[in-house]
Amino acid sequence: MNVVLEQIFQVGFLAAIIRIATPLAFATLGEMFSERAGVLNLGIEGIMLLSAMTGFTATSLSGSLWLGVLAAVVTGALMGAVHALFTVALGLSQHVCGIGVTLFSSGLAYFLYRLIFGQQSVPPSIKSFETLPIPVLSDIPVLGPAVFNQFSLVYMAMAAVPLAALVLYRTPWGLSVRMVGENPRAADSAGVSVIATRFQAVILGGALMGLAGAFLSMVQFNAFTFGLVSGRGWVAIALVVFGRWDPWRSAGAALLFAFVDALQLRMQASGLGHIPYEAFLMLPFIFTIVAMAVMSRNAVAPSALLKPFRREER
Amino acid sequence: MPTPDPLIEMRGITKSFGAVKANEAVDLSVAPGEILGLLGENGAGKTTLMNVLFGAYAPDAGEILVQGRPVTINSSADALAAGIGMVHQHFHLAPRLSVLENLLIGIPGKSGRIDRAGGLARLNEIGRQHGLTLDPDLPVSALSVGEQQRLEIVKALFRGARLLILDEPTAVLAPTEVDGLFSALRSMAAQGLGIIFISHKLNEVRALTHRCVVLRHGRVAGRVDAPASTTSSEMARLMCGHEIVPPARGPSTPGAAMLTLAGISTSRHSGMALRDVSLSVRAGEILGIAGVSGNGQRALAEVISGVRVPHAGQMTIAGKIVSRFSPREVQALGLGRIPEDRMTTGLVTNLPLADSMVLPRIGTDAFSRNGLLRPDAIRAFAEAQIKAYDIRCPGPMTRAGALSGGNLQKALLARELAFDPKVLIVSQPTRGLDIGAARFIHEKFLDMRARGCGIVVIGEDLEELLMLCDRIAVMYEGRIVGTLDSADATIAQLGLMMTGAEGTG
Repeated sequence: MNVVLEQIFQVGFLAAIIRIATPLAFATLGEMFSERAGVLNLGIEGIMLLSAMTGFTATSLSGSLWLGVLAAVVTGALMGAVHALFTVALGLSQHVCGIGVTLFSSGLAYFLYRLIFGQQSVPPSIKSFETLPIPVLSDIPVLGPAVFNQFSLVYMAMAAVPLAALVLYRTPWGLSVRMVGENPRAADSAGVSVIATRFQAVILGGALMGLAGAFLSMVQFNAFTFGLVSGRGWVAIALVVFGRWDPWRSAGAALLFAFVDALQLRMQASGLGHIPYEAFLMLPFIFTIVAMAVMSRNAVAPSALLKPFRREER
Repeated sequence: MPTPDPLIEMRGITKSFGAVKANEAVDLSVAPGEILGLLGENGAGKTTLMNVLFGAYAPDAGEILVQGRPVTINSSADALAAGIGMVHQHFHLAPRLSVLENLLIGIPGKSGRIDRAGGLARLNEIGRQHGLTLDPDLPVSALSVGEQQRLEIVKALFRGARLLILDEPTAVLAPTEVDGLFSALRSMAAQGLGIIFISHKLNEVRALTHRCVVLRHGRVAGRVDAPASTTSSEMARLMCGHEIVPPARGPSTPGAAMLTLAGISTSRHSGMALRDVSLSVRAGEILGIAGVSGNGQRALAEVISGVRVPHAGQMTIAGKIVSRFSPREVQALGLGRIPEDRMTTGLVTNLPLADSMVLPRIGTDAFSRNGLLRPDAIRAFAEAQIKAYDIRCPGPMTRAGALSGGNLQKALLARELAFDPKVLIVSQPTRGLDIGAARFIHEKFLDMRARGCGIVVIGEDLEELLMLCDRIAVMYEGRIVGTLDSADATIAQLGLMMTGAEGTG
């Protein structure tokens, strides 16, 4: 057992948690902004996949990693705009449109990928980002190499959390987002455009989901595969509830999930007994379900979540 | 009024919804320092007119002038910019955000951040000027209804409103809160603000306003220049188009006991429990239950309706002992009920009106057979009731939630009375209804009384109870502290008993 524990708690383990948490943090923050404005975005799973594809492709074709990141962000924002068009401007069912966006984006991603790269025996890959050690901080023992010797996208995720909290709680726009998610009529009568605010929040959310996708194909795997996202989008939706629609708590939830995920990876590697590895794979999801069941009892969703806003309707 | 120059002027406003003309050629103006009453029955077009002024609806014709200059108001943002603030009947507040956050929504920040210090200063200033104080950091959900309304008023002033529209502001307030609201409004008018006060309560309009405009069927039915010296019945005539005479309760000869409660007590499950409550209502008698709300009235209504099971005591309906306390059992024994909250326990707002009208009896042969609904019978029943009770709606398949309060109350009444109940229990029968609708409901109760039904009316409006009931029982902390014959009872005496003083009856 000691050997197992030793294997688990080391620099590599901490670094793995951070790496696993990064796309989840982006995705969770993205979903949180959207839901705070009153729009559930079930398109997240597909948006992440499509963004991962466009990011990978742009880099693969241009050789520039940052161009790839930009392509992924733009893709996410665009798909966010599509979701907003249906759910905010036209006021259609957020569930149905979200699932539609996921199915459409996934299909489009596979289709375009095949169109551009064809069928190859060895899937194409790109040269990923290099880690970027932060001077001084990366010399701290254990914590330094794990946290401060990371990829720039990881640092962006770390910065995104306080930034999201600042925007949401301290800026007039953030207040508008919270207001249109709680009582759109109140925002409207105060002269705030509910439609514009919701559009902005869903598009910002989509852009963050795009970053999550970019991280998966351009940092974590250096390639685009069909099972790339494998439920991380759905997990993010659960993490938003778990994090009670708060940036800090949501990021904390992402870290906790990443911890369990990293743990199960180590347990697989350690070859604990003769347990099939699939059992370990289930762990983070069992954790999510249990955590949700416990935490979501007191979680209160934004009051206007799922409710379209039409001014002349009373 | 002091200044002849109007703050705001509406000329020839017309607004239709489909074939219905909600407003037709309405003229209206408010001077600085003036409180204008806007009177009218439900559906007379008051709210539509104000929504036009506040930019929620675009008028089909007519113009709006602010201080003599024509303006176009297409959104609430335009209205706010023109100095018009509105306190809606249903508050536009986000319950989970703080008082200050609700105030600062839509206000540009300082260097990209919310300007908290500036907001606090402004809030304090408004508080000092008009005596409207609020704790800035409390979440709105922690405020009382009166405080939420105060926040709505502060919100309008915060945005620099010079004209304040209040849509039936007193409907949600307790009498003491009404006094506070009126003094704040008078203070605002004294400082040069214009106020439009929408109401259908004549005594309030007479007490508060300087002038009033009466709407009927979307048109101006009359203008009253001195409301304080105009009689209520004169104004009621303008509102309704005909005289309103309160129905006279003739003598009745009560028969056998239709409903008796003996020593009923309930556990303190939610709200005030009942403690040893005994009462009886005879055929052809109306018993009023008075009391400050929250003194066990809800538990009483629930026990009688079979929703709540008492842990002690006995109840009989039409001479038969209620053994199991279920809604179905008491209904089978001849009980009809009209619950306190039309929208939640009364009917299903998202279903067609017809469905709600048959809901309590959906399992009877009249509406279903062999486990299948009989849609034709349901529809026919609803259509007959809509006709008999003059329920204004496009038809039986209209979504129930789309009806006005008065029409919903008529629908609920129709569904119970259609089955000739031996006992009728009603809570707050005319809350939120206008004179005409309330009058209709009262007449129906008196009809039922004449036909030998025993009726229990739970209410807070003592004038209404005195007018309607033969006897009035007063509840306090889950007990009945006394029962008076309404012939000898006075409001003062009942008011005293409502505070817990033992009655003499």
